[in-house]
Amino acid sequence: MLYREAGQFKSTYAEDQQIFPIRQDRIALALLLIVAFVVVPIFANEYWLSAILTPLLILSLAALGLNILTGYAGQLSLGTAAFMAVGAFMAYNFVLRLPWLGIIPSFILAGLCAALVGIVFGLPSLRIKGFYLAVATLAAQFFVLWAIQRVGWFTNHSPTGVITAQAVEIFGYEFESPSAKYLLTLAIVAAMALLAKNLIRSETGRAFMAVRDMDVAASVIGIPMMKTKLLAFAISSFYCGVAGALYAYTYLGTVEPEAFTLDLSFRILFMIIIGGVGSILGSFLGAAFITLLPIFLNRLFGLVSHALDMDISHAIVSNIELMIFGGLIIFFLIVEPHGLARLWQITKEKLRLWPFPH
Amino acid sequence: MKRTTFALALALAAGFSGGVQAQAKEQFVPANFYWVGPYAPGGSGFGGGLIDYMAMINERDGGINGVKLTWEKCETEYNNARGVECYERAKNKGPTGATVIHPLSTGITYSLIDKATADHIPIISMGYGRASAADGRVFPYVFPLITTYWSQASSMVNFLGQRAGGMDKLKGKKIVLLYHDSAYGKEPIPILTDLSKDFGYELTTIAVPHPGNEQQAQWLQIRQLRPDWVILWGWGVMNPTAIKAAARIGYPREKMVGVWWSGAEEDVIPAGSAAKGYISAGFNLPGSNFPVMKDIQKYVYAKGKGEFDDKSRFGSIYHTRGVVAGIVTTEAIRNAQAHFGKKGKPITGEEMQWGIEHLNIDDKRLKELGAVGLMPPTKVSCFDHEGSGLVKYQQWDGSKWKPITDWIEPDRKLVRAKVEADAAQYAKEKGITPRDCPKGG
Repeated sequence: MLYREAGQFKSTYAEDQQIFPIRQDRIALALLLIVAFVVVPIFANEYWLSAILTPLLILSLAALGLNILTGYAGQLSLGTAAFMAVGAFMAYNFVLRLPWLGIIPSFILAGLCAALVGIVFGLPSLRIKGFYLAVATLAAQFFVLWAIQRVGWFTNHSPTGVITAQAVEIFGYEFESPSAKYLLTLAIVAAMALLAKNLIRSETGRAFMAVRDMDVAASVIGIPMMKTKLLAFAISSFYCGVAGALYAYTYLGTVEPEAFTLDLSFRILFMIIIGGVGSILGSFLGAAFITLLPIFLNRLFGLVSHALDMDISHAIVSNIELMIFGGLIIFFLIVEPHGLARLWQITKEKLRLWPFPH
Repeated sequence: MKRTTFALALALAAGFSGGVQAQAKEQFVPANFYWVGPYAPGGSGFGGGLIDYMAMINERDGGINGVKLTWEKCETEYNNARGVECYERAKNKGPTGATVIHPLSTGITYSLIDKATADHIPIISMGYGRASAADGRVFPYVFPLITTYWSQASSMVNFLGQRAGGMDKLKGKKIVLLYHDSAYGKEPIPILTDLSKDFGYELTTIAVPHPGNEQQAQWLQIRQLRPDWVILWGWGVMNPTAIKAAARIGYPREKMVGVWWSGAEEDVIPAGSAAKGYISAGFNLPGSNFPVMKDIQKYVYAKGKGEFDDKSRFGSIYHTRGVVAGIVTTEAIRNAQAHFGKKGKPITGEEMQWGIEHLNIDDKRLKELGAVGLMPPTKVSCFDHEGSGLVKYQQWDGSKWKPITDWIEPDRKLVRAKVEADAAQYAKEKGITPRDCPKGG
């Protein structure tokens, strides 16, 4: 009843091509943005801002990057964390060695460095596909970490390989408080998500999807294979690189190369699988699922055992949490193999008919 | 359907708003450790010791001058992101917020240095963390108490010199550092490299990737090198694997010296008889016969409480190390209460910082605490956040650890110079002006 586009007529091409053709969607998105930009920083406490929302946004951005490559262009990659590491360590080096550059240009340059590394490790994609490609991208994961750990220049010869991110300052304003850091992250993530959405709707995005669906057919209709695949790697790695830089600068503040292990790559891959492969929204939903659920379970268990005054060993509780987490992943994948984004889409379709399903 | 959605939303809200209001006469100490994963023996053992000691103080003395100690467990999984989340969750709990934080992970310690300094919550990274934080002028809120990795590395060289029959005998000897490939494992490299120039031994560093259950290539290299000593800088499952691999190639275990995170019962028992003769460093001794341990037995375990379901872990190295953490924590609280005239009242993080900085646990105090020999005497100052630097060596005889040396000194001058140089670089990068320390303190 509420969610129906009846009566909304489009009289220009621009109106026909907008991202959200339904007015209710636009209102909902505007409300979401107002909440995220205004309400949250005012009402959320430090814990929510710096321990939950900021990392959630950063991981969403990384998942979005991987989704461009895997979900839209169909190239399976296990090097996400490595591209994030390139972003984090190169941002550190740009700020350290070229301090006049400023933070945002440093982040962009760090993203471009990650894109370059992505292109290099994307070269095998011209010959191999699927799981074989995933194995080839593993090389990125090991090589990048190895290089950062062994070449002192990357870490400014820190004896332990740990870098401390410098203060984030833009036009003299220092982003120090959790809410300032959150807002900076949110602004970057929102801008990049908008760019990604438009990229997918563009000719490039359609070329990506053509390659994903059948690369032989795509090359027959004149889509250049090499350019398209490498561009997908470059754009995806750029997103991951910026996410890595944010991870260091607005979230942890101090990073060691070990923070970007294969484990993180897998987690980001799980995010897009659970959230929805080939969906911008899915990247955010998946990141929320994978990062928030364990914390939520942990808190819920703490509360339950406190309320019931149970004396259970903490080791057992911790292990049960992991089991429930695993169980829920399987549950959601059985209920909807195409991810949470698909569930959302089904809900929307049902809503359009509600309350008269005929 | 609707009802379940509603129930889910309620559960969600409850889960995230969790937390119970605390009463006033309490001192909150977060217990952010790890009970799952490859490093669980260390996390649960150390955490168990700290909690057991605090529980004992509550039971025996009714808290510290009547202020009960409280804690809440949070699972960090030895993961930096989860560690930061646990810290943020804990920092405003209790009437005065978190008193102090024991991250029990070098990685989490690094992630918290900036945050905790800004929040005025002291970090005690006892025997781990950033070695250069021993310079209290640059790191006012970080305390790598008792000894740092750098002191340990230096004392290890002194120990090897002692074994060889004099420091001059180290010349031409081959030493291999087999390390966990992480920030933690790389800590000793600068010190060992510098000392190799002074004493003329030949140092080879060999990295083992996390988690360390695959070491064949590394031990093949060791077999070819035929070193006089192997220093094992491992953690978790890497340790028994290394000991077993040494046995397989016939490398004598008496020539292997482990760091203190490679020297607990949990590290040698899985290796079985292969571990006999293996040596490790330590800044605390195991045992259940110390008076303080007997008190924990009497006031906590005899009442059916206590952290360990498996009672054989009582008095193990990790357990007593946690007890040592409990001692420094409660002594610092006591200190701060006395100095700020807050006897019987909870103290804040800033007051705790003063308390730790003026910690002086001498032999007399150790005797009162019933912990003579459990830990070395420790005196902290604004200038020196380490407080002791002493290390003891112990050997596994197949069933228990036996101390084989007295407390061994590090090369203080060299270590301090390194600490100051690294702290100065950090201060420069971060734009920190080191604070002035009063003379003699």
